[in-house]
Amino acid sequence: MSAPPPAGARALFLRLRSGDEVARLITLAFASSILLVTVGLVYQLWVTSSLPRHKFGFGFLTSSMWNPVTGQFGALPFIYGTVFTSAIALLISVPLGVGAAIFLAELAPPRISSTFTFFIELLAAVPSVIFGVLAIFTLVPLMRDYVEPFLKKTLGGLPIFSGPVFGFGYLTAGVILAIMTLPFVISISREALLEVPTEQREAALALGATRWESTWQAVVPYARLGIFGSIFLGLARALGETMAVTMVIGNDPTIHASLFAPGYTIAAIIANEFSEATGDLYLQSLVELGLVLFLLTIVINALARLLIIATTRRGSAQP
Amino acid sequence: MTLRNRWRKTLSYVMLSLTGVCALVAVCILFLMLGYLVYNGWRSVDWDFFTKLPKSPGETGGGMANAIVGSFQIILLATVIGLPVGFMAGIYLSEFGGKTFAFLVRYMADLLNGVPSIVIGIFAYAVIVIPMHVNSALAGGFALAVMLVPITARSTEQFMSSVPQTLREGALALGASKWKTIATVVVPAAYRGIATGMILGVARIAGETAPLLFTSGNNAYMSGGFTQPTASLPVMIFLRATAPYEDWHRQAWAAGMVLLLLVLLVNIAARLILSRGIAVQK
Amino acid sequence: MKKSSFWLGAFGAFAILLMVAQAKVLINAAGATFPYPIYGKWFEEFAKVDPDAQINYQSIGSGGGIRQFSEGTVDFGASDMPMTDEQIGKFKSKPLHFPTVLGGIVPTYNIPGVTQELKFTPEALAGIYLGKIKKWNDPELTKANPGVKLPGNEIVVVHRSDGSGTSFVFTDYLSKVSPEWKSKVGASTSVSWPTGLGDKGNEGVAGIVKQTPYAIGYVELIYVLQNKMAYGSLRNAAGVFLKADLESVTEAAASAAKSMPTDFRVSITNAPGKKAYPIATFTYLLIPSKIEDQGKKKAIVTFLHWMLTDGQKYAAALGYAPLPKDVVGKEEKQIALIQ
Repeated sequence: MSAPPPAGARALFLRLRSGDEVARLITLAFASSILLVTVGLVYQLWVTSSLPRHKFGFGFLTSSMWNPVTGQFGALPFIYGTVFTSAIALLISVPLGVGAAIFLAELAPPRISSTFTFFIELLAAVPSVIFGVLAIFTLVPLMRDYVEPFLKKTLGGLPIFSGPVFGFGYLTAGVILAIMTLPFVISISREALLEVPTEQREAALALGATRWESTWQAVVPYARLGIFGSIFLGLARALGETMAVTMVIGNDPTIHASLFAPGYTIAAIIANEFSEATGDLYLQSLVELGLVLFLLTIVINALARLLIIATTRRGSAQP
Repeated sequence: MTLRNRWRKTLSYVMLSLTGVCALVAVCILFLMLGYLVYNGWRSVDWDFFTKLPKSPGETGGGMANAIVGSFQIILLATVIGLPVGFMAGIYLSEFGGKTFAFLVRYMADLLNGVPSIVIGIFAYAVIVIPMHVNSALAGGFALAVMLVPITARSTEQFMSSVPQTLREGALALGASKWKTIATVVVPAAYRGIATGMILGVARIAGETAPLLFTSGNNAYMSGGFTQPTASLPVMIFLRATAPYEDWHRQAWAAGMVLLLLVLLVNIAARLILSRGIAVQK
Repeated sequence: MKKSSFWLGAFGAFAILLMVAQAKVLINAAGATFPYPIYGKWFEEFAKVDPDAQINYQSIGSGGGIRQFSEGTVDFGASDMPMTDEQIGKFKSKPLHFPTVLGGIVPTYNIPGVTQELKFTPEALAGIYLGKIKKWNDPELTKANPGVKLPGNEIVVVHRSDGSGTSFVFTDYLSKVSPEWKSKVGASTSVSWPTGLGDKGNEGVAGIVKQTPYAIGYVELIYVLQNKMAYGSLRNAAGVFLKADLESVTEAAASAAKSMPTDFRVSITNAPGKKAYPIATFTYLLIPSKIEDQGKKKAIVTFLHWMLTDGQKYAAALGYAPLPKDVVGKEEKQIALIQ
């Protein structure tokens, strides 16, 4: 098209005649729906939490009192529970996951590596409620009858191993979360490790390093951004995990130091109490909790993506 | 060999074996847990499970026919709303996208992807349940659609972008307009990946429970319509597993197994299609 | 591929057909878990009496029942706790309370090795739930149960995590017998529990107690009967240790039945009388006084009549006490108030 486009409404009409413009506008409309929904979501969360925001302000985040009778609502026990269970989950799944990823990326023959990875990635597709059912009937009795009493007997002096043993509680929730975040850590760490150029390994080996030393001191640091990315992704997943945690956390809106104690996470209390919160302040406080969780997961997700992009784009872990 | 070297060699051997143990543990967990579920589910499932309605507490027997149909209805709604929107948005991102707007859309899509499903449930509650004054399959379907759209958009974009530019240029050189090129050349070329992405997305939302708890609720009978409370498999599993009745536990195992097998089979099928497809294209 | 999409399409058509083929009157209700076993039975039996009506009851707790009833997302609600004046004030036309059955809340426990029935004093219950009595062999418990070897294990306290009428009745009782409980915690569907694990519904609490050694919980009688769990006797206001059963629960309502307020909102915990069980309660259906949909109105009115006559016959078999005759008479009159 060498002639200059005519001006004004006629221009629009002519452009519209070409199917391309129509196609562009239609797909644009659908794409903007994503923007609309996201903005709508944030707006809805903000507006439907106005009562507690005005009443408590930032005190909502620091208050540990959750009392529907007196109308006192504070987010601290739930933030604590969410962070505590996620921390337990990562403490278990990161060493296990990175170890498995190292094996799959460095040592395993390709066929075993891909089959193992295939099965582990299937674990990521299992719905949360199924983990919950398994946790109630297998993990809780296991923790209550064997693991927690053992820990209590041997390490009972420490405050995090004190108190009565219920089976339900932070530790059990942390363990099931660990199982759920494991596939993410393994899958992404493995890919990060595979990206490391062979020269790195060979250079280390040429300098006389053992296989382990070459892996641990040359390859893994090279891939550390991607590995950290996988950890953050696992963390983001753990923070928002609802069903499995709800079924084993014990539902106690108090801050406890002990691993064996029952607690509560943000997602769990919303799941349990949302459909029955009586009174606007109560309901809106739950929505404000949802807002807090939303912001938390955005931040962590953003960090995770930055780290993963940094590895894949630059291809180098050098800061 | 010096002592230090012997130590280093042993350490290497030990640590590397440990990583193998880690991998073994990870896979064992999967097989143990799912095997146990399938074992319990297999013992619990019977023909009644698929055909009968649930019974009142304390009575044995009955099934989850309403939950199976209900899940299907809700997923159908979510798919009908979510897949076209996601597909079109994905096409925009890969074919038409300008720099800033597309970046924004991508960012928001990834954001939505990371939002915990319970928060999306709150959104659907505020937007659909409150104005309609009833728990409904529509609300549940909407919540799941909100989750499906970004997944579908990103995967569609990914597979559309991976179609080589030469294919597009060839079509354009032959005189096709842009939209015709997209519809008749690019989409068919990326078809396998797009379809797989869609299937995986649907499998993902099929197992979601949290957003359904207070949107579609539950129903003791077959759903009365898209604007009525509707039972669904994941919600029923949750309610049955957390109750004291042995028979309800049995049903939870059966339902869990059915849901799991469905989700896993779809996932495996999708992945196999995708991997074979790529090999064929090469 | 083609065959599977055919079956998928057929199933889809079937699913959609099911939705349009419903010519029934669909009624949604939600609320208390306390009477869920009998309501489930009632709605099942009523469907045989009036096949055109289908009542879908979801047991989500009294708090949820009141909330959804107030929001209008259900056609009627159910609650063990009568609505407060504040909650009633939100309605344009005052909702009606219809007591359905009487039930008793029992302390259920799971102590390995203890097969005898335990006696609980009010001080013991309050102390356990306040977190002051921590072990099973606390003097308060051993005093009331001579001859029973109580272990030194810690008590696993279980309570409701959701908004519960059962919780309300239990805490209402504790507030009456323990001044410390009254000032520290109070009575409501959802309180700030000083200690313990929480779970949803009578079902959830029963479930945890059943599976957890050394646990104690409070549930409606039917749940311990259906699940064959152990439950204790309580000392009532007259000083007699009683187990919950038809007789003791009915007796608890005896004095209240005579002086029943017109809106039926009453508390019968810690009732006087030697044979009265201390933690007993009416449970209510919350019915709007104006129902616009004629089909729904007819179905609900028919159900209420049926519930007050034939329905009461099912109560005893499920461990609930039927309503006293005077109360039934008054309720029949209240049905006429539904427009």
